[in-house]
Amino acid sequence: MKNITKLGAVSALSLIVGASAAFAENIKIGFIDPLSGPFASTGTNGLHQFEFSADYMVNQNGGVLDGTNFEIIGFDNKTSPKESLIQLQVAIDQGVRYIVQGNGSAVASALTEAIDKHNRRNPDSRVLFLNYAAVDPALTNEACNFWHFRFDAHADMKMDALTDVMAADEGITKVYIIGQDYSFGTAVSKAANEMLAAKRPDIEIVGDELHPIGKVKDFTPYSRKIVASGADAVITGNWGADMLGLGKSIIENGYTGPIYTYYAAGSGITAAFGETGKGVIRLVSEGQVNPPPTPEAAAFYDAFKVKYPDGNVDQTRISNVIGMLAAAIEEAGTADDVVAVADALSDMEFESMWGSTLKMRPADHQLIQNVHIAKHTDEGVTYTFDNSDFGVVVESTVEMASADIPTTCEMKRPD
Amino acid sequence: MDLILVNLIDGLVTGLLLFMLSAGLTLIFSMMGVLNFAHASFYMLGAYFAYSISIAVGFWMGLLIAPLIVGVAGAAVERFGLRRVHQYGHVPELIFTFGLALLIEELVQFIWGKNQLPYSVPDVLNFTAFAISGNSIPAYKIFMIFISVGIFIGLLYVLTKTRVGMIIQAALSYPRTVEALGHNVPLIFMGVFGVGTALAGVAGVIAGPVLGTFPGMAFVLGSIVFVTIVIGGLGSLWGALVASLLIGWITTFAKSYNIEMENILNAIGIATPENMDENLFRDFWSITSPQIADILPYILMVLILIFRPAGLFGKRTQ
Repeated sequence: MKNITKLGAVSALSLIVGASAAFAENIKIGFIDPLSGPFASTGTNGLHQFEFSADYMVNQNGGVLDGTNFEIIGFDNKTSPKESLIQLQVAIDQGVRYIVQGNGSAVASALTEAIDKHNRRNPDSRVLFLNYAAVDPALTNEACNFWHFRFDAHADMKMDALTDVMAADEGITKVYIIGQDYSFGTAVSKAANEMLAAKRPDIEIVGDELHPIGKVKDFTPYSRKIVASGADAVITGNWGADMLGLGKSIIENGYTGPIYTYYAAGSGITAAFGETGKGVIRLVSEGQVNPPPTPEAAAFYDAFKVKYPDGNVDQTRISNVIGMLAAAIEEAGTADDVVAVADALSDMEFESMWGSTLKMRPADHQLIQNVHIAKHTDEGVTYTFDNSDFGVVVESTVEMASADIPTTCEMKRPD
Repeated sequence: MDLILVNLIDGLVTGLLLFMLSAGLTLIFSMMGVLNFAHASFYMLGAYFAYSISIAVGFWMGLLIAPLIVGVAGAAVERFGLRRVHQYGHVPELIFTFGLALLIEELVQFIWGKNQLPYSVPDVLNFTAFAISGNSIPAYKIFMIFISVGIFIGLLYVLTKTRVGMIIQAALSYPRTVEALGHNVPLIFMGVFGVGTALAGVAGVIAGPVLGTFPGMAFVLGSIVFVTIVIGGLGSLWGALVASLLIGWITTFAKSYNIEMENILNAIGIATPENMDENLFRDFWSITSPQIADILPYILMVLILIFRPAGLFGKRTQ
């Protein structure tokens, strides 16, 4: 009698354990980005936006494939390509099949290459690489592969939109280009040179230089050169502490023209610029926060602020990644066969709540979307950043920017 | 010509800031033989404390109170941490300060978060002091120069003209003798450690608004401080000053002028190879001075170690 009770208890227990195990089999998404070091704030804010998007858009609506939840796991890569590859291996060993990364094109190139190799050698544990912010054009050109998808507009596309706006401004005659010394900084400089020469041959490039990434203590010598060059517009691809340091220093040392940037918002940067950045800092980006493009976007933002009162939704593309991945998994009917998911994703059209149609290009897995030029201001801001009075308000929009930009990608689909 | 003057001022500001950090470090090292890896972390703490205080009672109180708190924290670290570890030798001390640096960085992130903090220049000083052919010199920079020069003069006075300073100097070279004469050497150590960290705190308070207040700020400054005291000579206040200014000016000028390696090599009589594409040293030929500006101090350090191991003003020779 006693034994039977025991047996019953044990089998009941094992049933419960088995059931909960099946229920807890989340779709794991590995987030490989800096969570410590000079760029920790950018990485951590990205992680929060991923966690929130997964919860708010997927898990709270019953998950995908009848009740499977998304689970975001953060891996700290310290912005190092080498460390990222170690973390990639750790992530794959933990059962992660979807990698998201964005901070640093050097890291992204290392990852996309490693993932391509891994997928060829290990057909049973293939992974997809959803790149949400690394914008070196090479990733969807010569370095493209079937497993990599980019959800941000790449540097050339953004520069295309940016130079359209600059070309229309007759007041601009001298431009200074400065960036971080790595693949992305080089790409920005190259694109700016080529496009300005094509659109406004009369504009003179009075300076074009790169500085070490994450190591400059004081940007004063650089800003002196910018002021001395007589530039009336500055273009920079800097991000994180390098963006704030450079921007503050340029303004402080007497420059008054516009600074066209890729990443001068959020992560404390908006608050730190405050009044000094008003009328100077311009931002080219996808995704529109001010004025709120749709009621859903506003609801999303409000809910985010409830969970992270100190956070910003400064990377709207993150919720696009989650939304499109969920849709692709539903369409493929599986989350385990990443080839099927990639096929679904590779020609997807998706209506983003941030007010744009998103079209994935099958040829190079580059997302085509609206690109905006926004300005740093405290006027007409619905959603401010960093709990300051300041935020970014969209000034002009390029619809489906660079939809026909050529690519050198030769995509090989696995058999 | 005008730009040279502007660069001299900029380099001076950078150098003096570096001096405030290295002055404390060099005193601590020469006295206790401890390479304090956490020194730049106290600089970071200074900026963060000052930010929090400045929100409540304004920038000036922050400038006054934050270094005091940092100094007391530094003294406490010496009294309750380093002094216990001291008996086990230098390596445990080194590891202790290294761990402390990591701990402080994590603690700062835990309390203040990982974001850049909007710690900014007080309104009173937020104007252009004067301009040299279009290059404006912010009043805050002038203020930084005055503060650091004031601190240097004060420190020099205390160390060379007062009784306390004499005891400290004596304890630097002959701690046992000073102890035998009835002075409380451990207390002097604690005091020097406290004052040294407080100086780093001051540097943090005044550098935070211009160089940015973020958890990585200790990391970007950490190694250059050691380079400074090695170049200047361990334990020498004048050495720390000269080395700081030297580094400030070298890096500023290297970044301000695009001197290409090709020009330098041509000037010393080496002709540019005709076919650059296949040349083994192609990258070397195309180096420009802003690219290598930040490693110039390290090159200088290596040269100093080879030709004058005691440093520019160092007295110790072994």
